[in-house]
Amino acid sequence: MQQLEALTRDAIALGNGEAPPSARGALPLTANEAEVARQLQICNACRYCEGFCAVFPAMTRRLEFGRADIHYLANLCHNCGACLYACQYAPPHEFAVAVPQAMARVRGETYQHYAWPAGFGALYRRNGTVVALALAGALALFLVLAARMAGPAWVQPLAGNFYAVFPHNFLVAVFGAAFGFAVLALAVGVRRFWRDVSPAADLPPGQEPLLAAARAPAAAEAAHHVAALTYLGGGHGDGCNNEDDRYSLVRRRLHHLTFYGFLLCFAATSVATLYHYALGRHAPYPVASLPVVLGTLGGLGLLAGPAGLLWLGLRREPLQGDVAQRPMDRAFIALLLLTSATGLALLAGRDSAAMATLLAVHLGVVLALFLTMPYGKFAHGIFRGAALFRNAIEKRLPSRLRLGAE
Amino acid sequence: MIDVIVIGGGNAALCAALMAREAGASVLLLESAPREWRGGNSQHTRNLRCMHDAPQDVLVDAYPEEEFWQDLLKVTGGATDEKLARLAIRASSTCRTWMRRHGVRFQPSLAGTLHLSRTNAFFMGGGKALVNAYYRSAGNLGVQVRYQAPVDRLELKDGRFVAAYVGDERIEAKACVLAAGGFESNREWLREAWGRNERGEWPADNFLIRGTRYNQGTLLKFMMGQGADIIGDPSQSHCVAIDARAPRYDGGICTRVDAVSLGVMVNREGLRFYDEGEDFWPKRYAIWGRLVALQPGQIGYCIIDSKAVGRFMPPVFPGVRADSLPELARAMGLPEAAFVKTLADFNAACRVGTFDHTVLDDCHTEGLAPVKSHWARPIDTPPFYGYALRPGITFTYLGLKTDERAAVHFGGVPSDNLFVAGEMMAGNVLGKGYTAGVGMSIGTAFGRIAGTSAAAAAGKEVAHAAA
Repeated sequence: MQQLEALTRDAIALGNGEAPPSARGALPLTANEAEVARQLQICNACRYCEGFCAVFPAMTRRLEFGRADIHYLANLCHNCGACLYACQYAPPHEFAVAVPQAMARVRGETYQHYAWPAGFGALYRRNGTVVALALAGALALFLVLAARMAGPAWVQPLAGNFYAVFPHNFLVAVFGAAFGFAVLALAVGVRRFWRDVSPAADLPPGQEPLLAAARAPAAAEAAHHVAALTYLGGGHGDGCNNEDDRYSLVRRRLHHLTFYGFLLCFAATSVATLYHYALGRHAPYPVASLPVVLGTLGGLGLLAGPAGLLWLGLRREPLQGDVAQRPMDRAFIALLLLTSATGLALLAGRDSAAMATLLAVHLGVVLALFLTMPYGKFAHGIFRGAALFRNAIEKRLPSRLRLGAE
Repeated sequence: MIDVIVIGGGNAALCAALMAREAGASVLLLESAPREWRGGNSQHTRNLRCMHDAPQDVLVDAYPEEEFWQDLLKVTGGATDEKLARLAIRASSTCRTWMRRHGVRFQPSLAGTLHLSRTNAFFMGGGKALVNAYYRSAGNLGVQVRYQAPVDRLELKDGRFVAAYVGDERIEAKACVLAAGGFESNREWLREAWGRNERGEWPADNFLIRGTRYNQGTLLKFMMGQGADIIGDPSQSHCVAIDARAPRYDGGICTRVDAVSLGVMVNREGLRFYDEGEDFWPKRYAIWGRLVALQPGQIGYCIIDSKAVGRFMPPVFPGVRADSLPELARAMGLPEAAFVKTLADFNAACRVGTFDHTVLDDCHTEGLAPVKSHWARPIDTPPFYGYALRPGITFTYLGLKTDERAAVHFGGVPSDNLFVAGEMMAGNVLGKGYTAGVGMSIGTAFGRIAGTSAAAAAGKEVAHAAA
């Protein structure tokens, strides 16, 4: 049993920079993790919020909350806020339960903790600055390169021929490397997370066949929850909260615009790559072509979605989330907005004399986005997907508790 | 002039305000608490007991009127008014459509509450979510809401409501609904009602209040002074044994300790005092508050061993843990010798058959007083855990006598324009005892009736469609 007093002692010890009393071999909890454990002990004795999301049903399968449980549940939490406004123990109650905030703080720690390479985890802490520097650096790089590589073409109308400014192979090399690194870093990070939270880590003997049978349907279910953002629906389908107890589907829809906008832009690039190598059809593509249509639609989604999310974020109740992570949230949103805005501007001005400049700016923004992806807000989707997968597996395994009715 | 004043800010008050407003009346709701503590005891509730003849969304099977009525008759021992009880029961079968329209959402019964999945519809997010939804709907419909507006007296004339006073401010209205809760958080009144015991103690001084600190009973006392007809015994309250570390107010549901039937209960002197295994816990939890209130110091200690861990709802505070019984006695400040002897006698008296917590099993004690009738297993497997428990008051039964129009009565004569709902009149239906969710059934039914009656008294006769 995770004792409240013990947790408090540990938190005090940690605050003083000492080893916490409970650290007998096991990893000690950080102060933020201990706070989640404290709050979940209260929630587990109440359970009123069970219908809102996946976190509370998962909680009821446990009596105590170790580090792996906390990391898993924190990333399962979608920060919908429903439990905060419904909570009879929320501030000013002395129990001071604010699950969305406690979970958000631990989420921030998990991103750092599991980051790869390990030292880069520190980048999360100054993510706003990191993004700003990455952006400035990447912009400067492409503007200088544009001036040097394009030569006199720099200020001439080029009829949308990007490769007159930057050779195709150069772009493939730079962006392939940056994107490849982002994918690798995120994959290693989430793998490290999965090692800790995987159901296999604490599977009771004899349940291996159940686990094996659960994987495929659980993967399908998790994919559905990612695609539909089920847990921004509030459980009743009326939506989630933002600044007060009103439910709204706006946040889910804005996330969908952002998410599918991003995927459409990605699809546009993939189709263009296919055209280039498989069909030998080289850019520029006509306005009505598949890459341009996909990219334009995606760009519009990536304009409207992040703009709306930024607006919601500015109005969000401070207890619903970790205020310290706002620079990270907003830096990512700003990068997405700049990506779509500069992309659409490039499309609009690709026949003008400003094309080379527009192209350099757009590429600079995209490079900054790729480079900071594994150390910023983008990671939340990856970790949440893994937590949803774990949840979908866990639901298919028998509970270990035999609680009598109260 | 305002048509209807509703005094109170919990479920019954909100139901009354919404119904009166829907009938076309202008409504002012006066809540004594500040906004962050609004909703009275309703913010701690979780479900509504519902009659239904066939499965409905979150409710399985059927729970017919007659069975509901028999359950009510059983728990109250007959201290109920059949006409009003059946009115509330029938209303519970139709009110949920209306509740949904005002934003209340339901969820299946919670983990660990399977026994309620047939009879009780759970509010998604619990009572505070329900209260939030009602306030939001009331705001949208144009009900005026004032917080921190405690009404301390009324102006009455010949059994008619004239005005309400918030301090020196006089607010007139054509009709009024009283839905301001019981008096359980009025410490002086509780002290007076419970009196002094043979040990010279004032037992009520050691009581914890599970709900709001704002149920001061001010208007209840005022109405008694004005000669309104009263129902119920002031010393009666719904009283549960809860964790002694619970806050003095608003501990709500999470402070309960559901381990009693799995272990033994001893008092401050280390002695057992009642059959812990008399019946299933949901049927017995509500007697333990009073049992503990009768013990010296109004404190009891629930003792379990590690065999019980994982078999009861996890309590909010961890138990005191020890590797031996003498160590546990010392850790809990109990007399070691007496405690160890009590446990040794209990362990020796256990006749363990086939332990099964889901049935009235055959594990019992022999030759021990008091007996433990079921689930008796020796407490012998360390680590041992102890939970100190105190009486926790959920609500009081004392209220105003009323009728099927929810009218306040003076000398047997119903008032034309003063009505009552919620805890202030629940004693008409629930004279004693309790069964889960029935308080919200009564509050919802009579809140809605009172709102409709008040609107009619104010000259608004718009008929409501049945729910």
